[in-house]
Amino acid sequence: MAKNEIKYLTAIKQEKPKKKFCRFKKYGIKYVDYKDTDFLKKFLNEQGKMLPRRLSGNSLKYQRKVADAIKRSRQMALLPYVTDLFK
Amino acid sequence: MSTGKNQLFNQKIQVMNNYELMVIFTPVLSEEDFKSAQKKYQDFIKENGGSTVASNPWGLKSLAYPIDKKTTGIYWILEFTAPATVNEKLKIQFLRDEQIMRHMITKLDKYAVEYNHIKRNGGFPVHKAVEA
Repeated sequence: MAKNEIKYLTAIKQEKPKKKFCRFKKYGIKYVDYKDTDFLKKFLNEQGKMLPRRLSGNSLKYQRKVADAIKRSRQMALLPYVTDLFK
Repeated sequence: MSTGKNQLFNQKIQVMNNYELMVIFTPVLSEEDFKSAQKKYQDFIKENGGSTVASNPWGLKSLAYPIDKKTTGIYWILEFTAPATVNEKLKIQFLRDEQIMRHMITKLDKYAVEYNHIKRNGGFPVHKAVEA
């Protein structure tokens, strides 16, 4: 075996992971509606908890607005506070 | 001196704000009672110097969790403009009303007003049009 040959245990990633983006900034959405539960469900996990910014990719400004909208719709029983098998 | 000036200013200009009201009535309410309740609160807002922009009764809808041991509720949404003093009065009326299980008044910013306007006039909400 040649000594100067470099071996890797795992294959090197050739493709870069897809960059996350803030969908609000990209599509120019200015207002997050608390009545639109189908849209808000995209930011919730199976237990009805909110996804972190690390996963959703939202900018801080709109993550705050989404959080407000979700909390409002929870108050008005449009979304559950806690649940199982949400989706 | 400055406070006196402010008082004069407040008397002259009454600032109108945009609000959105969401009410959950009890599911036992009849259709006529539901309509009369809507009219009652719209008149109440009008008496206090506000005006209705749009009224949208959603009707009977299942709740995400039980409220007062009930699993359904009748939803009503009202968009209105009014001076800020109306909300406190309105709140007292809601709390006294036994037909109402829950209510919420939210202030609308300019983007929200725009959004509601587009949605009302049959245009798709912005994100739905993009994402479809």
